[in-house]
Amino acid sequence: MRILVTIKTALRALRRNKMRSVLTALGIIIGVGAVITMVGIGNGAKAQIEAQIASLGQNVILIFSGSVTRTGVHSGHGGAGTLTVEDAEAMRREIPGVMAVSPELRSAAQVAAGNQNWLPQILGEGPDYFDIRQWPLVEGSPFTPLDVRGATKVAVIGKTTAQQLYGDESPIGQIVRIKNVPFTIVGLLSSKGLSVMGSDQDDVLVVPYTSAMKRVLGTTTLRSIMVQAADAKLLPVVQQQITELLRQRHRIQPGRDDDFTVRGQQDIAEMATAQSKTMTILLGAIASVSLIVGGIGIMNIMLVSVTERTREIGIRMAVGAHANDILLQFLTEAITLSSIGGVIGIAMGVGASKIISLSLDWPTLIPVVWVVVAFLFSAAVGIFFGFYPARKASKLDPIDALRYE
Amino acid sequence: MNAVIKLDDIRKTYHTGEVDVQAVRKVSLEIHPGEFVAIMGASGSGKSTLMNILGCLDRPTGGRYSLDGIDVSQLSTDELADIRNQKIGFVFQGFNLLSRTSALENVELPMLYARQHMHSYELREKALHALGVVSLTDRADHHPSQLSGGQQQRVAIARALVNQPALVLADEPTGNLDSRTSVEIMGVFQQLNDRGITIVMVTHEPDIARFTKRSVVMSDGHVVSDTPVTDRLFAGPELERLHSLLDPALQTQ
Repeated sequence: MRILVTIKTALRALRRNKMRSVLTALGIIIGVGAVITMVGIGNGAKAQIEAQIASLGQNVILIFSGSVTRTGVHSGHGGAGTLTVEDAEAMRREIPGVMAVSPELRSAAQVAAGNQNWLPQILGEGPDYFDIRQWPLVEGSPFTPLDVRGATKVAVIGKTTAQQLYGDESPIGQIVRIKNVPFTIVGLLSSKGLSVMGSDQDDVLVVPYTSAMKRVLGTTTLRSIMVQAADAKLLPVVQQQITELLRQRHRIQPGRDDDFTVRGQQDIAEMATAQSKTMTILLGAIASVSLIVGGIGIMNIMLVSVTERTREIGIRMAVGAHANDILLQFLTEAITLSSIGGVIGIAMGVGASKIISLSLDWPTLIPVVWVVVAFLFSAAVGIFFGFYPARKASKLDPIDALRYE
Repeated sequence: MNAVIKLDDIRKTYHTGEVDVQAVRKVSLEIHPGEFVAIMGASGSGKSTLMNILGCLDRPTGGRYSLDGIDVSQLSTDELADIRNQKIGFVFQGFNLLSRTSALENVELPMLYARQHMHSYELREKALHALGVVSLTDRADHHPSQLSGGQQQRVAIARALVNQPALVLADEPTGNLDSRTSVEIMGVFQQLNDRGITIVMVTHEPDIARFTKRSVVMSDGHVVSDTPVTDRLFAGPELERLHSLLDPALQTQ
């Protein structure tokens, strides 16, 4: 067919000017490569955040104490100490969708063991905490409801804290002094890595919330309550019921603000992914600019090529080429340049992401869809920027073109 | 026999700025199969414009032009392209070969744009045959830059012949060649004409026109004379004469 001949002609013209073809394609290679790399980094970050959010546990609702404005000063989450252990127990008792509840306290405190000391997060939690967060122990056992009732001085230690205090030794049975109060370590947690906000989740000492209240912090109120709903579908209902229950218990008049904040896992996830999405879009937009610059490079070279080959166009027209044959020939050249550039660019982008993954330890993820999109987009760049020069070539008058010097 | 070319009152007017230039005014002409016609005239006489119209590269502003029995004066651009492809073979002053493309591929070019598809071996076969007609088969793989002017022009002639056109149009085919090579090329045209191929050639050199059979002289857009060539030159004897002139040693022998 004529089309095949035209394509062959176009490919030959590209081969004839190898250096020029390579340099022209380089614009697209860099553009597509940059897009793929940026998307890889953005998506990698997003996937990591999603994994971290999943590590929070399933169907988790967090209720923070506070969010009260007293004399104009906003106290922030947990600042006012409006939640009590009774609130937590009421939730467990009165809301059927609630599967597990853990009252929470949290404080950074200096701890010491032997001649080592460290500043981990001290978490006061209920015994359900480990189940809610799907956080298994690698050694020992968690504390029990009995420990909570008796406010016993037992602790479960995180990987990082254990490493800091005891090195490679087993922490089980060791004594750790929290604010000079000696606690016996009964369990060692598995590693959970970084949190959504980037803090080390393994740098913790988990103690019964009663022990934290009475023996470490000397407080009667909670920072927060962690609730696990029985089913993801129940989350909005449970969230609503918790709000109603707490408003009733805290005797808040209708129209007044809550003195607590209820946050579903979904809210937290949305917040975090919104950030990474913004980053991906921003990076992608910057990379797209270089792709457009590459396209302009193609247009530039194609215009030069049309001028240079005016006589050739004239000859082809004289021996019977239609305007469309000429259009197709030059368009094919442009599309070939851009799509070959696209393929190489994709390969380079994937390679660059791998290198970034390995050398900087950043997770990268390139979805197949993006590879396809990048390829189609590079081909589209060829069509878009190649059309004008090709049309210019096809509009030449054979008489003038043949006379062109 | 039907005329290959039949022009009736052909006119061509260019609208350049405020003045209309009448390049060709009312030209009527008939050229029959097997003729070898030279169109002569000074520059500005309208011969190039007439040539472009004859070659279906341009449309007349008025009048009727029928080529090989087809009225081509009102055809579309694409239809004209097909006519050029099927009915006309072009030979240009500047050879107009595709550089960095072998002689063979240059000859194949018109077949690539033919309506009916041909296999590559078919293209090759036909192109080689056309190169054979101009005795250049041994140079099929050479690129234009590796060929002499005369050889390049013969490749161009082979290209003009390859689609078996009704008409070969040559525009100053010897303009870029020295006198000896010019005679050689005229010899090729005479051979083709002897085989019955119709040739129309534009030239401003009276000596070259003497190789043809009929001479049409144009001036100011009109045909001012249309006469058979009486003192016709033939390439064979003419080459011998040139040879002897250039090499006096040969003459004394």
